Parts: sequence; structure tokens; C-alpha cells
Amino acid sequence: MDREATSNKFLDISTVTSWVRGRGVYVAFVVLAIFNLIVTPNFASVATLSTLLITVSPIVLVSLGVALAIGTEGIDLSVGSVMALASAFLPLYLGYGWLVGLAVALLVGALAGLVNGSLVAFVGVQPIIATLAMLVGGRGLAQIFAGGQSLLVTDPVVLWLGQGRPFGIPAPVIVAGAAVLVVWFLARRTTFGRYVVAIGGNRSASYLSGHPVRRTLLAVYVISGLLAALAGIVATARLGASDPSNIGLLIELSAITAVVVGGTPLSGGKVKIMGTVMGALLIQLISNTFIANNLPFTWAQVLTAAIILVAVYVQKGRGVA
Amino acid sequence: MERHSPTLEVRRVTKRFPGVLALDDVSFELRPGEVHALVGENGAGKSTLIKVITGVYRPDKGQVLFNGEEVSFADPRESQAAGISTIYQEINLIPLLSVAQNVFLGREPRNSLGLIDKASMNREAAEILERYGIQADVTAPLRSLGLGVQQMVAIARAISVDARAVIMDEPTSSLEVREVETLFGVIGQLREEGVGVIYVSHRLEELYEICDRVTVLRDGRVAHTGRLSDLSRLQLIAHMLGRELAEVEKEGATGFSEEHETAREPILVAQGLTQHPRLREVSLDVRPGEVVGLAGLLGAGRSETAKAIFGAEPLDSGSVRMEGKDIKTGSPGAAIKAGIAFLPEDRKLEGIIPDLSVKENIVAAAMPRLARAGMVSEKVQAELVEEFMQSLGIKASSPDQPVRELSGGNQQKVLLARWLCMNPKVLILDEPTRGIDVGAKAEIQKLVDDLAVKGLGVILISSELEEMTEGSDRVVALREGTVVGSLSEEEITEGNLMEMLAHGDDSVYGIQENGGGADG
Repeated sequence: MDREATSNKFLDISTVTSWVRGRGVYVAFVVLAIFNLIVTPNFASVATLSTLLITVSPIVLVSLGVALAIGTEGIDLSVGSVMALASAFLPLYLGYGWLVGLAVALLVGALAGLVNGSLVAFVGVQPIIATLAMLVGGRGLAQIFAGGQSLLVTDPVVLWLGQGRPFGIPAPVIVAGAAVLVVWFLARRTTFGRYVVAIGGNRSASYLSGHPVRRTLLAVYVISGLLAALAGIVATARLGASDPSNIGLLIELSAITAVVVGGTPLSGGKVKIMGTVMGALLIQLISNTFIANNLPFTWAQVLTAAIILVAVYVQKGRGVA
Repeated sequence: MERHSPTLEVRRVTKRFPGVLALDDVSFELRPGEVHALVGENGAGKSTLIKVITGVYRPDKGQVLFNGEEVSFADPRESQAAGISTIYQEINLIPLLSVAQNVFLGREPRNSLGLIDKASMNREAAEILERYGIQADVTAPLRSLGLGVQQMVAIARAISVDARAVIMDEPTSSLEVREVETLFGVIGQLREEGVGVIYVSHRLEELYEICDRVTVLRDGRVAHTGRLSDLSRLQLIAHMLGRELAEVEKEGATGFSEEHETAREPILVAQGLTQHPRLREVSLDVRPGEVVGLAGLLGAGRSETAKAIFGAEPLDSGSVRMEGKDIKTGSPGAAIKAGIAFLPEDRKLEGIIPDLSVKENIVAAAMPRLARAGMVSEKVQAELVEEFMQSLGIKASSPDQPVRELSGGNQQKVLLARWLCMNPKVLILDEPTRGIDVGAKAEIQKLVDDLAVKGLGVILISSELEEMTEGSDRVVALREGTVVGSLSEEEITEGNLMEMLAHGDDSVYGIQENGGGADG
């Protein structure tokens, strides 16, 4: 209370709130990090940091695709199941070499995205329904193809993707980081990125401006499928085995949280890639904080829920008096 | 009930919205057993008046009296319970429920256990439909019926609540000819029973066929009220558009001034554009340097024609040729590539992309063309934006300001810039000056003029007569989705234009001066 009162005196409160509104996720992350530095034992260690980054990598990967979908006023609920599909297919084709195995896994993800995208762009199914179908059906298919069991992965190249540490940096972090840069570039610098926000902002206007609306939507879901497949590969490599029943389970919820907390409105028209990355880091840091301090994990869920609500509230712009 | 004490009376009602005076001292009276036409162009105040009557809005000033008593309904449910039924243009029933269930929605008959009494519901629904000559199986789901029959069910529902006043908002817009006859039968029945009907429509024939009296609204005021048979069509239109019959062409009221040198060969030829049921065989051509006005009352098919030419709506048949080459219809991309630009009527819904910046909005249409390997150089974008912000005088704090923060006039200029930076050969403008301030309006009119002088072909749609007569080199008039006549440069006067809107189909080859003749 006291602190708030003093800041009122020295700073114009409305400038502060409007600055915070755009960057709330960064502020929240910094605050939580400082809290951990003080409270959590051994927080400022390489081991803690790399654990955080490794765990968050699959979430970041799928969140990028979900962010693009949400940017078009859509959504992709199927990312977790697509991870499972990629995980199921990966060991089946590793016998032909790691390249074939990876290519097949990615292809499966792209195909799932193609189905989602075709339903959305050409059939006109609502994205939430189209991708819900894939969420339900995708994991079922993954289990069928895997024969209901988890298969060991022994290929060293594939394992490296999950467990390698070139220059001390965990490989999953490098994969996720590279994907972030690519998607950031797509969203910020290319016509494709502009079409995404134009479609999400005003689909008719975008169509009447001659934008390739359907093709763009199709591409968004294919990219999301590819990223989810990549996440599935990384997660499988980390485990050293495929696990279609559990890989990516409920990850779509973390992804949506990351996207929304990161400043991309569910109503589309904006895509915040870096915000999404921070959002993913933030929710992962929340659960790590609770686990590291032996607090009941259920409270981490409650806190995450609160942060989602605050994020949405602040975006609405009603937080300012 | 006495024949002449009104069923419904609106006394000197004023309703203001931020920035708009929607109703200004409006009085209106509906007598038992009369069909009262309520007409006016877009924004005249018709829907506000209906909403004041049905309790959606509360008037700022004035009273609403129903059956002689002052009423103040909190919401449409209350007004419906009191006996005022409204039938909206779009059917708001539940497609998956049966006809009977829809008729009794929210007031289903109950049996002694408090459960819905299906048998008596079906029986009563069948009786109601039969009474009005509507043929439908009451147990069939609503969506299995044709659109017209669905509309009839909506009407049956409305009148079965013992309504004393029924408001019909464009009830025939989705009906076939035969269904219109059934509807008129129902209205006749209502009239017999002493129910007052408020009938909103833009189809003049219908008004003259079914309505007893008429109230014309214009700019939130009552422009005229009286017996419909005392008014000629021309007089009715004059009231709607706010022109005296004797009034001749004014000068200098708009930003248009130039007469344009037009080439002989048309640059754009549209032929036989048909989109059932909104457009029938519309043909149109535009020469370089010519402004072709597309005239018509609301619902005549002007915007539909514009969209059809631009490929924004799929066509049943018809072709569009640019510079002698057929272009693919139903694809804005193809139209843009051929050099057609289109400024849509609804700036908010179809024009601006609100969260994107002024810059991003301006280059929106140019993106596909400027892209190299999926990217557009920031420098090229910045130069383009700079050039057009300057030449059109777009006022924004910076090119990066979100376009939603701009005034209506500046938003419209942003949209014009979006198209002009493409160097189009034909520009279609649908209500380019609606809802923007006077200054910006004159600037935009001047700009259109200059563009035509430079050889651009323009199709201009405007509800303002002045803009039409002064801006156009030639006018093509539409009515009910079809071309009903055209005016050459010398013939364009407000009088001739109104004449054509009233009687266009009597004089397919142009306009005859002896107005007022009976048609049909």
C-alpha cells in the first residue's frame, strides 16, 4: 500500500499503467524472478536455469503456432495431440535413418495442420471445433499407430535433440530459440505476418484488399502443426522413448495461457511472439517456484488462473480508472 | 373499440445518441385496422422509432401511448406482452425446433402437471396457421421449410399473442412473389380484425398495394404524414430525399466542378451480372475519365452491383471485362490485378483494420503486389505512405498510429490511399462521403474529380442526390436489382433522377418527362 502511494506522487499513474499494459508479462516475470532470487535456495544457478528452459521448450514451440492461430481470430487446440502423433511416428521410421524418422514425424504434424487448416479455411468449420476434433482424434490415432505402447528411441542424433548440450546450452532450448526467431521473423517482417493480423483484425477488409485469406489460414495451421510435431520430437528425444498417451497432454492449455498472458488478444488482430515466449516462461516459473519451495502445486494452478484473469482484464483496458 | 382513437401513438419523441439526434420531435399515430407505411432512407430514424416503441430505447423527451394509456416498456418482452409484436427482417426463430414449438416459444401451453402440453400446442398452432392461410406441417422442424414459410411462421407467432399492433420490418425481403401474396392476405386479415400494422419497406409497389397511410422520416424528423393514395410516387421520393419537386439543380454545394473529357472506348464492361435474388442482368460500362453514378433507393442493388464487379460476391452469371479482357469473377484478387479498386460502403466492417497502423492500412492492398519473396521493403512502404499521407492530407500523429484512433474523414482518406497507391484504372466508390465532416467531404469530392480528369474511370454510389447529380457524368439507375434507366450528362437533374427512381421501369430507354403516369 505504502509503495503504491509513493509511486503515485512521483509518477503519472496513467503512463505507468499504459506502459505496464503492453509489457505486463515482462514485469510479472521480473518480479517473480527477483522473488525467487531472495526466497528460493540455489535459484541463481545454471542448473536451475537450464531446467526451467528445458521444461519450457515444448510449451514455447506449440505456443508459437497457437499465437499465430489466435492472431487470425482462430485457435489451435490440437497441438498436444499432434505432439503425440509425431512422437508415435518417430520411432516407427527411425529404422530408415534419423533423417527419415524426423521427416516423417514432421510430415505427420504438417498433415494434421493441413486437415485443421482445410476445415477452417475451405469448409468453414469454426477453428475451435475443427481443432477440437483433431485434439480428440489425433491422440487416438497416435495410440493406434504406436500399437498402444511406448517404443524406445536409440538413434543418437535424435536423442541429441533432447539431451545434447552444445556449448553447455541444452539442445531443446536451441531448437525452441531457433523456432522463436523464425516465427518472429514471419510475423514481423513478411507479408504472411501482415495477412495474419489483417485477417484477425478485420477479415472482410483483408479479403477486399485482395489478401489470400484462405491460403494464409491454411498456412497458419500447417505451421502450427509443424511446430507441434517439433515439440513432440524434442519431448520424445528427452524421454528416450515415444509416449503417445502422455506426451503433450493438456499442453494446449499452457499454450493458450502463454499466448494470452503474453498480450495477444483472443479476438485476434495482433500477434505478440516475444510476449508469448515470456508468457510461457512465466507460467513455467510459477510452477517451478512452488515446487522448489515445497508449496502445494495446487496453489500454483490457482495463481496461474489469477494471472490469466489479470492479463485479460488489463488487455481490456478497464484496469485504468 | 372506436375506429378513430389510435391504437398506438408516439407524441413528440426526441432521442439523442452521442453525436447524433436520431429522433427530433417525432409524432406518429397508428389507428386500429390500418396499415401504416414507415419509410425513409438509411439513418432517417425508422429503426430508432421502432425501438422506442418496443421498449429497446427510452425516449429522452416525449411519450408513447398504447391503447390510450402512456406506456414505458422496459424491454421488448414487455411490449410484446402488452400486445405489440415485431417481425424483424431476419428471422429470429430456432431452426431445430418444430413449427409449433416456435409459434409458442416462451409461452408453451402446460398440462395439469406443469409439463408442456404438446398435443394442444400442435393443435392450436395448426389452427393459427390455417386461419391465415399458411400451409405448413406444424411438427416439422422449422429449418426444413422454405425461407418464406419460415417468415410466415414468424408472423403467425407474432400475431398469435393477441397483438393489437404489429410492426413488420422489411417482411418481404426474403419472400418469393407467391409468398408475398400470402403475406398480404395475412395483413388483410389483420386489418379486418382491427389490428394496426406498421409496415417498413423500400419497395414502392408494395407500399402502394397494401398501405393506407404513410409517414416519411428524414434525418430524424417527420418529413410527411398522410394518406398514401394522395401522394404520387415522385412526391413520396421527394419527401424521402428531402427535395422540393420544383427545386432545380443547385450549384456549388459539393466539391465537384469539372466536366470530364471521356474516351470513347469503355475500360470496364460488366454484362448480365446476376446474383439471385439480389441482382438480375445488370450491365454497366465505364470509360476512362468518366464518373458513372449508380443511383437507386436503399435495397436497389447498388452495393451488390459494386461488389459483383469487384468480385467480392460470387455470381450466378455475368461477366466483367477490363480493357477487353475477361477477368475472373468472384475474386477480389483478380479484380485488383486488373486495375479495379473498391472503397466499400461500411468503413468499419469492411474497410479499416482497426488495430493496425495507418501505414499498415494504407499498404494493405498493395502488399500482394509489392511483395518480393514474401517480404515488402520497409523503405518502399514508408515512401508510399509518406507520399499518400501528404497528398491526401491525412492527419495522424504518425504513420504508426492505430487507424481506429483517427476521425471518420481521415479513416476514409486512409482507405482511399490504400487504393490510390495501386494506380487503379477503375475506382468504385460506395458512399465515399457518408458519415464524415463537411470539410473532408468536399476534399474527397474534389479528389474524385481530379482523378477523373486524369483519366480514371469512376463508379460512384451515393445516397445524396447532390453528390450524384454534380459528381456524375452519367447516371445508371437500379431498382430491385435491375437496371431501370440511365441519364446522360445533359439529362442529369435532381428532378429527372427522382423521376427515374420512382418510375424507372416504365421507361427502359431513358426518361420521359411526363411523370406521374400509372405503371403496370
